[in-house]
Amino acid sequence: MENCKYTAADFKSDQEVKWCPGCGDHAILNAVQKALPEVAERLNYTHERFTFVSGIGCSSRFPYYMQTFGFHGIHGRAAAIATGVKVSNPKLSVWQISGDGDALAIGGNHFIHAIRRNIDINIILFNNEIYGLTKGQYSPTSKLGKITKTSPFGTIEHPFTPGELVLGARGTFYARSLDVEINTTKECLVAAAEHDGTSVTEVLQNCVIFNDKTHDQFANREWREDRTITLRHGEPMIFGKNRDKGLVLEGLGLRVVTIGQDGWTEKDILVHDAHNPNPGIHMMLVGMRYPDYPVALGVIRDVPDKTYDQSLQKQVDEIHDTAKIHNVDELLHSGDTWEL
Amino acid sequence: MDKKTETALDDVVIRFSGDSGDGMQMTGTLFTDTSAYLGNGVSTFPDFPAEIRAPQGTVSGVSGFQLHFGSHRVNTPGDYCDVLVAMNPAALKANAKWLKKTATVIVDIDSFNDKGIEKAGFKSDNPFEELGIEGYNIVYAPITSMTKETLKDSPLDNKSVVKCKNMFALGICYFMFNLPCDHTERFIDKKFGKKPDVADANKKVLNAGYNYAHNTHTFASTYTVAPATLEKGTYRSIDGNQATAWGFIAASEKSGRPLFCGSYPITPATHILEELAKRKDLGVKTLQAEDEIAGICTSIGAAYAGSFAVTTTSGPGLSLKSEAIGLAVMTELPLVIVDVQRGGPSTGLPTKTEQSDLMQALWGRNGECPLVVIAGSTPSNCFHYAFMAGKIAMEHMTPVILLNDGFIANGSEPWRIPSMKDYPAINPPIVTEAPEGGYMPYARDAERLARRWALPGTKGVEHRVGGLEKDFIKGSVSHDPINHQRMVDIRRDKVARVADYIPEQTVYGSENGGELLVVGWGGTWGHLYSAVKALREEGKDVSLCHFNYINPLPKNTGDILARYKKIVVCELNDGQFANYLRMTHQKFDYKQFNKTQGLPFTVTELVDKFNELLAE
Repeated sequence: MENCKYTAADFKSDQEVKWCPGCGDHAILNAVQKALPEVAERLNYTHERFTFVSGIGCSSRFPYYMQTFGFHGIHGRAAAIATGVKVSNPKLSVWQISGDGDALAIGGNHFIHAIRRNIDINIILFNNEIYGLTKGQYSPTSKLGKITKTSPFGTIEHPFTPGELVLGARGTFYARSLDVEINTTKECLVAAAEHDGTSVTEVLQNCVIFNDKTHDQFANREWREDRTITLRHGEPMIFGKNRDKGLVLEGLGLRVVTIGQDGWTEKDILVHDAHNPNPGIHMMLVGMRYPDYPVALGVIRDVPDKTYDQSLQKQVDEIHDTAKIHNVDELLHSGDTWEL
Repeated sequence: MDKKTETALDDVVIRFSGDSGDGMQMTGTLFTDTSAYLGNGVSTFPDFPAEIRAPQGTVSGVSGFQLHFGSHRVNTPGDYCDVLVAMNPAALKANAKWLKKTATVIVDIDSFNDKGIEKAGFKSDNPFEELGIEGYNIVYAPITSMTKETLKDSPLDNKSVVKCKNMFALGICYFMFNLPCDHTERFIDKKFGKKPDVADANKKVLNAGYNYAHNTHTFASTYTVAPATLEKGTYRSIDGNQATAWGFIAASEKSGRPLFCGSYPITPATHILEELAKRKDLGVKTLQAEDEIAGICTSIGAAYAGSFAVTTTSGPGLSLKSEAIGLAVMTELPLVIVDVQRGGPSTGLPTKTEQSDLMQALWGRNGECPLVVIAGSTPSNCFHYAFMAGKIAMEHMTPVILLNDGFIANGSEPWRIPSMKDYPAINPPIVTEAPEGGYMPYARDAERLARRWALPGTKGVEHRVGGLEKDFIKGSVSHDPINHQRMVDIRRDKVARVADYIPEQTVYGSENGGELLVVGWGGTWGHLYSAVKALREEGKDVSLCHFNYINPLPKNTGDILARYKKIVVCELNDGQFANYLRMTHQKFDYKQFNKTQGLPFTVTELVDKFNELLAE
């Protein structure tokens, strides 16, 4: 058994971190560097198994700041590159860093297909609802009507809700956190690493320069507890500063109720089942928006299913073990041959 | 039984043609296998439409398979045919232009009814007269009705019965060339092992065709083509795509690096992916990606993680992969990109051959982005060049583009099976432990200028690579102006130094110089060689310099070009290699012979062109 005890410092590279002061990326980097020692210890991963792959954008500079194997790819293609890394060597712990433009615009196709294949990579989606590195154009998650440099009169495009996309692509793991909630992010990332298959952890991140306070309506510390709910498997869906609000199922939808009012008791509150293969309630939780609902954080969906990399390795191993052809010479002489 | 006269021939070209559902590719392949098995030299040319089942009976739906067999090594599928099998009027119409004056035409006369003739677009009711071939030796065989008659007691339904008619045509051809049916019968038994009724029906119809030709005295003479005097050994039939796939597996075995192929289906390259997908017994991993870009990007990821990674495509796919190829150049990872060229631009002619992606392969990327370009030149030597592409990619830490084309990819020939012990070792520069002072991702060996390959999972060599410009040694991001200049220079020099590791260029013909040097590259070798050989046998001073290593060119290229009075560069494009030579070897005058019809050269047109140049 290898000694897999590390500290956050073991994952910090010697490169100067060049994100803007106040950028939410700093907090996410911090959360990842805190999560990896726990992942290593729990899963018995040695340091050299961690590999970070990214696309293009502010967040995609991430691998340079990690003292791990790292690959800074091209715009949108991180999921495809990460897939190749994982298939080539399934023992690696592969992490993909993408922003909302990288993963959902130019890389949308690779994003949904990685999820559909359920390849065992961990995607961290930095969602700041803006293009930062190109200096402030709207992204596929920008709110409808958002005024940016390329939408001076407001966008006329409907944004994606990333979690809906994940579930629509038959995702097996989806979690959501806030950049400032370092412990929630860390908790989600450890669960993501423990999950076999594609995990998507969306981190709602603040771009202090081009889209400051985009998540503020619910993310501001002053009212965060009342406007978000942090879900944990097996626990009732209760939230609020006074822990007196909860979610119940009513008809075909969710409803926010106050415990102790109108006859609602804690027993009526839904208990979160992240492991339920049926995505129905997960879809409702993903879709909750302030002010009608609290925004859901934590691990929303975590269901086991066959992974691409394991299935491929299994096929290779099974066929290899019973093969009639063992090397290239035998291959060249297989089938119809004749002597002259 | 009366014994017919037998005439010996050295070369025969047969073209099977019919509707794209008539099984003409299968018929041609079976004839090829039988003649190859009996020791003939063979070369084939499948010529089919892009549509899977184009409208029945129309010219656009005609599928053809031409094969050339001979009593010697055969290097082209032949220009014009000695025998044309036409299963319907459209097939006759589409192929009459390929008939030799002395040709025999075998038609299924049952299909020459009013409807069939009209569908084929004939204006009159006599297609033979309309095509001006009524004087040819035409065999009017009632193939469909005889097939039905043969199988009148078969339990098969009518549709399945009619499907067997290609076997009747094949039987006629076997009789004509004194070839036995048994090799094909064994194939049928194997293919339809689980459907004995279908196997029986096919064999019956095959023999019925053979007997029909015999009994009806269809041919005044039958023909024999003696076995070729080929090198002793074990042979098999192989096409260029299969050879390419197997060459990669061989490079994987020799390097000890597991093979990974990320790819997206595209004509005419798909068969490489299909062939590799079968080979899980040899540990090959294939991933059918969501698009061309994911095809190459998964391969780049696999290369980073330590696989021998390849990706397969055709011209439009190469365009889509351009940006990612730049990433592989920047990260200096081993990767082979196969482009099986087809007619372009855009979707172009998916099933037809061309050599028009050369410039794209050499230069089609942003920035100064050099890589190695290699081309296969026969169906079987795609094995060798796929192997060499892998060896160069892994030992020099560079992407390599392997430029094949639809003609050699789909064409097949007998191949003397090589032994892997005769193939060279492949030694990728893998880092197994952290060197003193730490691993420097962009430190290089002095000879090849290749950086070393540190695989994720190896302790102590954690490092970052990516598409941003790299520091000359450390590999960290650098925007320093002088560093960028040094990196551009060294990426160029690294590729140029591959010239020290490839064989010198050879010349067929007057090696010490002469009147006319024919220059070609890639899949045109068979036709160029045959034309030059024919002229040399007439005593003409023509030589052939045919390239497989395109970038870098062999070091003696300039020395060779200097020795001839005239140089003509022949290629299936508008002059891309000629212009490449004008750039790399400026002091020579290059004449051009170009063709862009989606078809290979014919030996006849090449001979005419070379005669014309000699007379000038």
